[in-house]
This record gives sequence, structure tokens and C-alpha cells, in this order.
Amino acid sequence: MDMIFSVLDATLRVSTPLVLAALAGLFSERSGVVDLALEGKMLAAAFAAACVAYIAQSPWVGLGAGIAAGMAVAMLHGMVSITYNGNQLISGVAINMMVSGVTPVLALAWFQQGGRTPTLSDEARFTAIDLPFADAIAHSPALKTFFGHNILVYLALLLIFVVSWVVYKSRFGLRLRAVGENPHAADAAGISVKGVRYMAQAVGGALCGVAGAYLVLAQTGAFIQDMTAGKGYLALAALIFGKWRPWAAVLGCLIFAFTDAIQIRLQGVELPLIGSIPDAFIQALPYVLTVVLLAGFMGRAVAPKAIGVPFVKSR
Amino acid sequence: MSQPANMPRWASLWLMPLLNLFAALFVSGLVIALIGEDPVECLKLMINGAFGYPEGIGYTLFYTTSFIFTGLAVAAAFHAGLFNIGGEGQMYLAGLGVTLVCLQFDYLPAYVVIPLAMLAAILFGGAWALVPGYLQAKRGSHIVVTTIMFNFIASSLMTWLLVDKLRMEGSQTPATREFAQNAWVPMLHEWFAPLGVELPNTPLNASFFLALIALVLFYLVVWHSPKGFVTRTVGLNEKAARYAGIPVDKVIIAVMCVSGALAGLAAINELLGSTHRMNMGFTNGIGFVGIAVALMGRNHPVGILLSALLFGALTQGGLDLSFEKPAITREMIIFTQGLIILFCGALENLFQTPLSAAFKRMLKNQ
Repeated sequence: MDMIFSVLDATLRVSTPLVLAALAGLFSERSGVVDLALEGKMLAAAFAAACVAYIAQSPWVGLGAGIAAGMAVAMLHGMVSITYNGNQLISGVAINMMVSGVTPVLALAWFQQGGRTPTLSDEARFTAIDLPFADAIAHSPALKTFFGHNILVYLALLLIFVVSWVVYKSRFGLRLRAVGENPHAADAAGISVKGVRYMAQAVGGALCGVAGAYLVLAQTGAFIQDMTAGKGYLALAALIFGKWRPWAAVLGCLIFAFTDAIQIRLQGVELPLIGSIPDAFIQALPYVLTVVLLAGFMGRAVAPKAIGVPFVKSR
Repeated sequence: MSQPANMPRWASLWLMPLLNLFAALFVSGLVIALIGEDPVECLKLMINGAFGYPEGIGYTLFYTTSFIFTGLAVAAAFHAGLFNIGGEGQMYLAGLGVTLVCLQFDYLPAYVVIPLAMLAAILFGGAWALVPGYLQAKRGSHIVVTTIMFNFIASSLMTWLLVDKLRMEGSQTPATREFAQNAWVPMLHEWFAPLGVELPNTPLNASFFLALIALVLFYLVVWHSPKGFVTRTVGLNEKAARYAGIPVDKVIIAVMCVSGALAGLAAINELLGSTHRMNMGFTNGIGFVGIAVALMGRNHPVGILLSALLFGALTQGGLDLSFEKPAITREMIIFTQGLIILFCGALENLFQTPLSAAFKRMLKNQ
């Protein structure tokens, strides 16, 4: 029983940054801009959050810095993709390489600890929040699984509701989807395609900022070189897995996080019938699932129609 | 990708890449200045490290060799309108093919085992690109996303194989045993020694000539063969190609296989030319550099040779620089590569629009 709760507990912790990044990608891609840069946005945010939280000794200031960094990288991606009509795929790849390269250089120059930042003290991190009935929680693994987390986990949970409301029920959401499906029709209806796309980048950048800050402020306590380790791409995979819909994408994130959580516990364990599974297979599972889905063997994943196409106003 | 809008040919072929390169170097210089080093001094150290002494040149050309192969891989796919971002995984899997051949057959003479290893590199690299190619052609799955996923799958697969299956007995590091000397591609300094030419001891090996041959073949196939014509037609206008009766699906699959095979040949240079064993993560970003090489080289063999040389020099010069200036690590080069990809591949309108306007004005005044 305890094992089930510890797996669920780990699933929640691992899925939080994935969920945030997948929701970020949802905004960008629903607006018609491919977002391979999720990885770079998260990594930049993690670095900024680590530096600023260390100097300010406050997780909230660190979170703010992370959000600002995520948005700054998103604006670069937006400038290339929206203003200069550049190739969005190449922009994403380039941004990921740039961030992956520049962060350890700056970390080394500023903190002289190799490619990482100093470890944060507890005051500068997000720790499990104290609830009035803390005593009850301490004795029950079931309650601890759901109530023993830091505030960002609950923020992510709340954001799922907010995002799905915004995308499907709000005026901005309607415009967002219109711009991603048929920008020329949206343009004819008087919507600023570029404006909506920039807005989507800004929101996505902020969400990636929270995701990156979470990695440092709630998990490792320091920036480590390439610490996102493919989480941006994993979030993108979850987004595709969820066919560009918020709840389904979150489900994808939970499945991926769950496989990650059981992987650690399955190491060397002999399962009935199958024997022991090498962790590499479980690690590769999300990517294999995404390919299978993309191949149309598990229902069709149809991308927003205008995705990847720069909008050039017709005259 | 980009239209040579209203610009003389020399400007779009030479001026634009150079402008983009300078923009990328300028931004790198800003970051170097930000961390308190002198960008001009660093540039001098880098150029000296890459070209200033014989060993430096040898290493530069060694890196250039791998970049030519991965650059050609990306360019081949580009000509069919495909963005193959999976060179890294294709090269990694090709390394597996090379390793399997060498571990089994490296008692055979060199003229048997090296061609066998090359064949394995081509087959394994091509096969790893076949699946994304097939899915793109037949099921419409986006090649960029599938090749990214295949990079991750390759990485997991190879970690498992190297840790659990191929690791040398009694060793802790995830690497195979050293291949027997029969499987080593001859080093150039060994080749030239009997002729009385003294070359420095560097990993530069005969794969360099293979890369040059590949460049020439690439030119001939793409621009002077029916297959190349068909490929470029698909790349320029898939619908027109289909209407003209070209089997677009087959072309896409075949081009992806060729692309993967080219990326795979980079594994020969690394494994049989230098390390002589398979280490975990031996590809080390070479597949991604291929994207930058192809974009900067405008998918043309001459451009690819020059930009591979540039990236070879950046890699070697950057390593030398990091010895002189410990603050500027190898990651600085990754940053510069990213910038070059950004400026050449996605931000070409930044300079192209004002430049073509300027040329238009000049022509009007004449």
C-alpha cells in the first residue's frame, strides 16, 4: 500500500513541470507557432530562478525571475517566428542549443562552481506547505500523497482548470484557436494575428518559466547544466499525445510521469511472466508512444491547421 | 526555404552567410565581454588554435570530416523538403552497426572489415531514418517530431546496450573493448610517413577523403542525375511532383534512408578513425552541428565543405581557447552554433529584407 502512495506521490512531483510545459506548448501551438523551444524556455527559467533566488534568498523572487526569463526566450522565438516569418522549427532547435550553451558559461563565470549554481538554502526554496492539520498528514501516507507538496504543485493543478477555461470558453481562447486554424479568416474578422500569437508566446513563456523555476526551487535546489534533460520535448510529446487538448495533454504528462516513477521502483524487480524490464525501455516508452500515436495507430493526432506556417497578410 | 529575392547571386551566396556569421560571432562576443574576457583576444586565440600550428590543423580537419557527413545528411533531406533533425540518433545507431561488425570480425584483414563496417554504418544509419521516413510518407506523421523522438529512443536503446550487453568485461565504464588494429581506418600521418612527408600525430584519418568523395557524389547526384532531379522536384513542390507522376512517397523514404546513411558515415570517422571503441554518447552533438552546417552551406557541397571547415575550426579553436581561458568552456561553442543556426536558418529575413531593398534602390539609380 505504501508503495502505491509513494509512486503516486512521485508521479505528482515529476508531472508538475511536464504539465506546466505542456500547457505552455498548448498556447503556442494552438496559435499556430510550433514550439520546439519549450526545452530552452524551461532551461533559461531554471537558470534565472536559481541565480536570483540565491541572491535574493527568496523563492518568490526566484519564481518571478524564472517567469521573466521564460517570457524573454518566448519573445525571441516570437520575434523570429512572428515578426520575421522565420522557420519555427529551426528557431526552436537554435534556441535550445543557445540556452544549453550559454547557461553553464554564465554559471561558471558568476559562481565559479563548474556549470552549476550554488545550492539554495531552505528559505530560498519552495518546501511542502504547512497545513493546519499537519499532524494528521504526517501519520497517513494517503493524505501525505495529496497534501504534502509545495505550492507550485497546487498552482499547476489550478492552472489546468484555468487554461482549459481560457482556451475553450474565453474570448482570447476563441481567437487563439481561430488564429491557429485559419489565420486569414481571423484576420478578415479583424483579429490581429500577430498580436494573438505574441500573446500566446508570452503566456507560454510564463508557464515555462514556472516549470523551469519548479525544477530548481522545488526539486534540485540548484541549477545544473542541461537539467531539463529533454523534459521540454517530453511535454511536447504529451501535448501531441493529448491531440493539442489541455486535459488529454495533462493525462499524457501523468502517464509519462507515472512510468518514470515506477521505473525507479522496478529496477531489478522480477515481474511475473515478463521478467525484469530494463529501465531504458521504460525511459523510451513516452517517445515510442508518441511515435505510435503520430503514426495514427491509436486515433489520429491532428495538429492545428496553420501550425508552422508564418502568417503573411494577404493584400 | 528562402527566396533569393531581388538580390544578385553573389550577395545571396556569399554576403548573406557572412553577415549572418558575423552577427552570430558578434552576439557571442557580447557574452564573452559580459563575463569579463576580451572578445578580440579570444577570437585570435581561437583562430590560432584552429589553424596556427600543424596539430591544430589536423584536429580541425578531423572534426570537419564528421561535420561534412552530418551536414550532407541534413542537406540531402532538405532537398526533398524534409527537415531531418535525427542525425544524432542515426549516427549513434550507425555506431552500433560499426561496433557489432568490429566486435565480431576484427580478426579479418583491414580490407574486409573496414568496408563491412562502412556497410553496417550505412545500413544501420539508413534503417534508423527509414521508420520516420516511412511514417512521414505513408502516415503523414511530421518528420521533425518523429526524428526527435527517435533521437531519444536511440539514446535509451544505446544506454541499455552499452551498460548491459556490449560493455567490456570487468570494466565499470559503459564502453566496448578496443577494436583490433585491423579495423582502424589508417591515420593520415601513418599513410604519409613512408612517402617522407612528416604529418603531426592527430586523429585525422582516411575518412577525410571519403568525406570529400561524398561531397562530389552529392553534387553529381543532386544536380546531374534523374534521382536528384526527382528529389528536388519533391522538395520544391510536392503537389506538382505528384501530378507529374513522381512517386513522392518512395522518394521521401529513399531520401531519408540516404540521409541517415550519410549521418551514419560520421560514425566511421569517430569510431574507426579516432576512439577505436564505442563510448556512451560518442556522437556528442555532431548530428546537431550538421543542421548548422547545412543551413550555413545553403545545402550545396561547396558551402557544406566551407561551413564544415568553419565548425571544425570553431570546435578545435574553442577547445584550445578553453585551455587558455578556463572561463570560456566548450559550451560557449554550442552557444555560438545555436546562434549561427538561428541567424542562418530562421532569421534570414533580418538582413535579407533591408539588403534586397538596398539592391533594388541601387539598380533603380543606375
